[in-house]
Amino acid sequence: MKKTAFLGALTVSGLVAGAAAAATLEDVQERGNLNCGVSTGLPGFSAPNSAGEWEGFDVAVCRAVAAAVLGDPTAVEFVPTTGQTRFTALASGEIDMLSRNTTWTFSRDNDLKFEFVGVNYYDGQGFLVPKALGVTSAKDLDGATVCIQTGTTTELNLADFFRTNNMDYEPVPIETNAEAQQQYLAGACDVYTTDASGLAATRATFETPSDHVILPEIISKEPLGPLVRHGDNEWGDIARWTLNALIAAEEYGITSANIDELAEGTNNPEINRILGTEGNLGEMIGLDSDWAVRAIKAGGNYGELFERHIGESTPIGLARGLNAQWTEGGLLYSPPFR
Amino acid sequence: MSDTHAQTVRFVRESMLPEQEPPLAESGVLKWVRENLFSGWLNILLTVLSLAFIWFVLSHLLPWFLNSVWSAGSLSECREIRDEVFGPDASSACFAVITDRWHQLVFGFYPPEFYWRPIVALLLFLAAMAPVLFAGIPRKALWFSAAAPFLIYFVLWGGTIWGPLAVALGFVVGYATFVGLSRFNALLATLGAIVVPILYWLFVAGPLAGALASVLPIGLTFVPSDDFGGFQLSFIIGMAGILLSLPLGILLALGRQSNLFIINKTSVAFIEIIRGVPLIVWLFTASLLLNYFLPPGTNFDLMLRVIIMVTLFASAYIAEVVRGGLAALPKGQYEAADALGLDYWRSMRLIILPQALKISIPGIVNTFIGLFKDTTLVVFIGLLDPIGLSNAIRASTEWNGIYWELFVFIGLMFFICCFSMSRYSIYLENKLQREHR
Amino acid sequence: MSTLSEPPKESFRLSMLIYDTRYRSLTIQTVAMILLVLMISWLVSNTVQNLENLGKDFDFGFLGQRAGYDINQRLVEYTSQSTHARAALVGILNTILVAFLGCALATILGVIAGVLRLSKNWLVSRLMAVYVEGFRNVPLLLWIIAIFALMTESTPMPRDFREGGDASMLFGSIAISNRGVYVPAPVWGEGASLLIGVFVISLIAIWAFRRYAHRRQEATGDILPVFRVSLALFFIPVLLTYFAIAFANGRTEQAILATGGEAGLTLTEYAESQESLNVCLIPGTTTALNLEKTLRGADVRYNAVPFNDEGQALEGFQVGDCNVLSVPATQSDPIIAEAEGGFAPVPLVETIRRGNALEFEQPYLGGFNFDGGIHLRNSLIALWLALSLYTGAFIAEIVRGGILSVSKGQTEAAYALGLRPNRTMNLVILPQAMRVIIPPLISQYLNLTKNSSLAIAVGYMDVRSTLGGITINQTGRELEGMLLLGLFYLVLSLLISGAMNFYNSRVKLKER
Repeated sequence: MKKTAFLGALTVSGLVAGAAAAATLEDVQERGNLNCGVSTGLPGFSAPNSAGEWEGFDVAVCRAVAAAVLGDPTAVEFVPTTGQTRFTALASGEIDMLSRNTTWTFSRDNDLKFEFVGVNYYDGQGFLVPKALGVTSAKDLDGATVCIQTGTTTELNLADFFRTNNMDYEPVPIETNAEAQQQYLAGACDVYTTDASGLAATRATFETPSDHVILPEIISKEPLGPLVRHGDNEWGDIARWTLNALIAAEEYGITSANIDELAEGTNNPEINRILGTEGNLGEMIGLDSDWAVRAIKAGGNYGELFERHIGESTPIGLARGLNAQWTEGGLLYSPPFR
Repeated sequence: MSDTHAQTVRFVRESMLPEQEPPLAESGVLKWVRENLFSGWLNILLTVLSLAFIWFVLSHLLPWFLNSVWSAGSLSECREIRDEVFGPDASSACFAVITDRWHQLVFGFYPPEFYWRPIVALLLFLAAMAPVLFAGIPRKALWFSAAAPFLIYFVLWGGTIWGPLAVALGFVVGYATFVGLSRFNALLATLGAIVVPILYWLFVAGPLAGALASVLPIGLTFVPSDDFGGFQLSFIIGMAGILLSLPLGILLALGRQSNLFIINKTSVAFIEIIRGVPLIVWLFTASLLLNYFLPPGTNFDLMLRVIIMVTLFASAYIAEVVRGGLAALPKGQYEAADALGLDYWRSMRLIILPQALKISIPGIVNTFIGLFKDTTLVVFIGLLDPIGLSNAIRASTEWNGIYWELFVFIGLMFFICCFSMSRYSIYLENKLQREHR
Repeated sequence: MSTLSEPPKESFRLSMLIYDTRYRSLTIQTVAMILLVLMISWLVSNTVQNLENLGKDFDFGFLGQRAGYDINQRLVEYTSQSTHARAALVGILNTILVAFLGCALATILGVIAGVLRLSKNWLVSRLMAVYVEGFRNVPLLLWIIAIFALMTESTPMPRDFREGGDASMLFGSIAISNRGVYVPAPVWGEGASLLIGVFVISLIAIWAFRRYAHRRQEATGDILPVFRVSLALFFIPVLLTYFAIAFANGRTEQAILATGGEAGLTLTEYAESQESLNVCLIPGTTTALNLEKTLRGADVRYNAVPFNDEGQALEGFQVGDCNVLSVPATQSDPIIAEAEGGFAPVPLVETIRRGNALEFEQPYLGGFNFDGGIHLRNSLIALWLALSLYTGAFIAEIVRGGILSVSKGQTEAAYALGLRPNRTMNLVILPQAMRVIIPPLISQYLNLTKNSSLAIAVGYMDVRSTLGGITINQTGRELEGMLLLGLFYLVLSLLISGAMNFYNSRVKLKER
C-alpha cells in the first residue's frame, strides 16, 4: 500500500486518512519498511556514503529494529531531520522512530509526549579549544567567544554553566557542524562546544588534531537515545528491547561472527532466551522467535557497532568510556532477558 | 585685375592620394583603450581600481583552482596528494569530492539505474512549458501541458500508472459534469463541476486505481520521496511550483481584478499575506504545521507538503505578474470583447488572457528563477537539496572538513541554470518590445 | 421627469438570482463566502481536533516563561533569565536593524553599480555586469554563507593584535577582526545637550536654506551653492560649539582620591599597597571613561563598582564600598577636610581630565576579545553585506532600466540648454528616472526585509532565530510561535510598503 499515502495526498482534498495513530507495528509491517528519522549529517552517527546508503551509529539502531521487525535491515526509509523538525516529524507520524542523537530530558519525555526507549550513547557537553590558547580548564573561559550549534539543549547548558560560574561569554550560534568547524578553525571563536563525541569527531578531521584539546570539564549529562511516540507501548517495547538485545549480546559475547553457531543452542539459558531457542520472548513482543538474531546480525552487537562507526579504529576514535558494559566499569546495563 | 593674373594656373590633382593610416593614437587598440579606459581622470582611476581588484581576486583564486586535486577517495588522501605534488603549504582545491559525489549532488539518492527518469521528466516539463513560453506553438499543445503534471509525477515516483490516471480522470469527470449540467443551469454546472470531482477523488479514485492496478499491473518501480535530493529536488520543487501555480495564479489575478467585493478582497488578502511573509516561514509552516490543519491521521510526505506550500507561495507572485499583464492591456480590448457579446469567461479565455499572458511571460520566467533559487531554503527543514546534501557529504568520515569546493560547485550549477533562463527572459522581453512598436 | 415612464414593477423570482445580472453577482459572492467560511471552519476544527489528540493546547503563556538562552547582539537589555517575549523583542529589533541597514547600503550599491554599468569605461561596465549577474543568479543563501566564511578566513584573530602579532588597528581605534569590527563608542560628557541642541538647530537651518534656495531659483533662476552651504552648516557650528565647550571645561583636571594610603603615591604604588582596587564610578560618563583609561594605562587590576550618580558614588566611597574615587578638583579638598573616623582619603599623584562634551571609548584588547567600543559582530556584517550586495544587484538593474527609460532627447535637450553633464543627470534624467525606479524599488526593500530571515545561516539572532527558532524548539509551541512570526513579518511588510507607497505618491508625476 505504498501508493496510498502519496496518491491520497495527491488528491486535491488531501482527505485520505493514513492510519498513523493506532498500531505502529502493524503500519510498519503493512508498509514493508520502517521510517526512521536521523540527523541530516553527523560524522560517525549518520551520514550517507557515496553509494547513497546511510551509515553510522544511530543509523545502525534503525537497521537493527528494521531487521527485528521486518527481517530486512535495508527495509528502512531514512528521513533526515533537523534539530527543529525532528519532534514534529515524530509526533505527526511521519516517522516511526527517531534515532538522532537526541538527549533524553524530562520535558521531552512528558511535555512533548515522547517515549525514550533507552540510551545508545552516554554523552556530555564539552569544550574544544586550541592548545595555543593555554586554557586548561573551562573555568578559565571568562570572556571567551563560544561557537554553539543552535536548536539543541547545548545552548541552555552553556548559559547555565557560565551563569552559575559568574562568567561572561559571547555566544556565536551556528546552524551546522560544518560551519561551526570552519568558524572555529578560522579563529572566529575561542571555543567550540557541543557533545563530547561530536567534538572528538570534529577534532579528528582537522589537519593537525594535536593542536587542539578537549577540556576535562563535561558540563552536562546527555544521554542520547532513540525515541518513539507516547501511547504505543507495544512499538516502544520493540524498539527498547532491540536496543537491549544489542547491548546484552555484547555482554554475553554474541557477535555477528558466532551468532549462527550460538543460535543453534548453547548451554547458557540467557543466550538461548535472547536468540529464541528457549522460551517465547519473541512472541511476547509480537514478533517471531529469532527477532533478536536478525537484529544482531544486521550489524553486530553494540560493541561491534561502536567499533565500526565511532570506535578507536575509526577516524572519529572515541573511547568506550561511559559506554562500556557495566562489567567493565561503564553504564551499559541491559535488563535481563527472562 | 584679370590682367595681372591672366594666366592663373589652377592646381588639379588627377589621381587620388593613397589613403593614409590614421594617427597611431586614433586607431586600433590604442584608440579603443584610450576612449574606453583612459578618457578622463575619473575613468583612469576607475580602470586602475578595477585592474587592482581583478588582480587581487585572481591572485588568490587561481593558485587554488590550478593546484586542484581531482581524484582521491577522501580529504586526507587529497591532502597527501597535495603535499606530494604541490608542497605542504600550497593552496589547493580538492575537487575530488565532486568527482566522488557528483551523482548525489545532481540526483540525490535516486537509484542510479533509473537516472533516465528525472531526465525524461525534465524534457516533459520543457515540452509542457513550451506552449506557454513560445507563441509559435499551436494552442492544442496546451492539452499536453495540462496532462504533464500527471505524467511527470508518474515518471519520477513510478508506482502504478493507474494512480495518476485515476486522479486525472477526476478533472475529466468534472468537465463532463460541467458540460452535462450547463444545458440546464450555468451556476448548477459550476457547483457540480466542483463537488462531483471532489466526491470522486474521495471515494472512487483510490479503489478504482487499486482495482485497475490489480487487473493490469502497468507501472514503473516506485521510488520513495526520501530518495529525492540534490539539484533534482530543487528542479522538482521549482517546476512543480511553477506548473501548478500558473492556473491558481491566473485565477487569483482575475479575482483581484474582479469587481465582486468578497472575491476581490479574498484574493487581495491571500496575495498580500503570502507575499508579506518570507518563504522560510512558509516552509516551516509546511514542515511543522500543515499536519495540524488537515484531518486527524492524515499524513503526507514532507516533500509534497513543501510542494503545496511552494505552489501557494508562487501563485501569489504569479498573480501579481499576470495582474501586471492584465493592466497593461489597452481598455479597448475589454470593451471590444464586451461589444462582441462574449460572457466573462469567454472574453477572458479568447481575448484577454492570451494577450495578457504573452506580456507576462518574462515576469513568469523571472518568478521561476527566483523560486528555483529559493528552493535552497528547504535545507532548513531537513530536505536534502544541494546545500543540504553538501552538509550530509561533509558528515561522512571521508569528506568531513571540506568546505569551499562544494559551495563553488553548487554556486556554479545554479549560476548556469539561472543565467541561461534570465537570458531567455531578456530575449523574450526584447522581442515583445519590438513587436509592440 | 414626467415624460419618463416608470419601468414595469417586476416581482422577484428565484431564478433571477442566477439570470439577472443585478442579483447574480450577489449570488456568486454569497456562495463564495459560504465556501470560504466552510473552508476556514474546516481548517480550524481540524486544528482543534489535532491539538486535542496531541494533548496540546493553544496558549501564549510560554511567552512569559524564562527563556534560558543567551543572545549575543541585544539592542535592549536581555539575559538568559528574561522571558521568551523579551527574547522575541530582541529578535525583532535585530531584524529591523539589519533590514534598515541593508536597505540603505543596497540602495547605495545599486545606484553606483547601475550607473557604472552604463559607464563608457569598458572594464568597469564589464566588471559591474559580472557583479550584477553573479549575484542575481546564485541563491542568496550561498552568498550569505560564502561571505560569512570569507570574512572569518580573511581577517585577523583578536590575538593577532597583541604585541608581536601581525595585525594592527585602523587609525589606532578601529579593529577589524574575524569576530567583527570594533569601533569607538561615543560617550556624552558635560555640555552634550548643548552640542546636540546646536546640531539640531543647524539641521533645521540646512532645511530652511534649501527651501529658500529652491524658492529663489524658481523666482529668479539663480542657483545658490546649496551643497557647499549645507556642508558648512552641518559641520561648522557643531565643531565651534564642541571646541568652545572643550576650552571651557574639558581640560579641567580631576583629582583621584584613595583611602587607606599615604598622600603622594602614584596609582601603581597605591595599587601595590592595597589588596584589591575597587573603583567607584558612574558608567557611561566621560569621567569613568578617562579614569578607566588611566587605570589601564597604569596597568593595574581593578574592580569597577558602578553607581547611578555622583552623590551615591561619594557615599559609597565614604562607607568603603570602594577605595578609589575621582571627583572634580573643587570638591576634593572639602571631602578630604571633612573626612572623619577611619575614612581618610588622600589624593594620588595622577589626575584625569574631566572630558569633553563628546568623547570616544576606544576598543582595547581584553582577555580573549576586544573590550569597549561598539562591537559590530561578523554575523551582522556578513548578513548585512550579503543582503545588500544581493539586493544591490537587483536595484542596479532597476536603476539602469530607469535611466535608459528616459529618452535620449531629454539629454540632448538639456545639453542644448547648456547644462553640464552633472546637472543634466541631477536635474533632468534622475527626476524622470525616479518615477520608473521607485515602484520596483519598494518590492526590493520588501524582499530584503523578508530575506533577512535567512539570518540563521550565519547565526545572527533575528526574530526567526529567537522566536521562530530556539523558543519554538525549547517550548514545543510551533503553532503559536509561527503564528506570531508570520504576523510580525506581515505587519512589517505592510508598514514598509505603506510608507514607500506614500513616498511614491508624492514624487509621482502629478497628472491633472
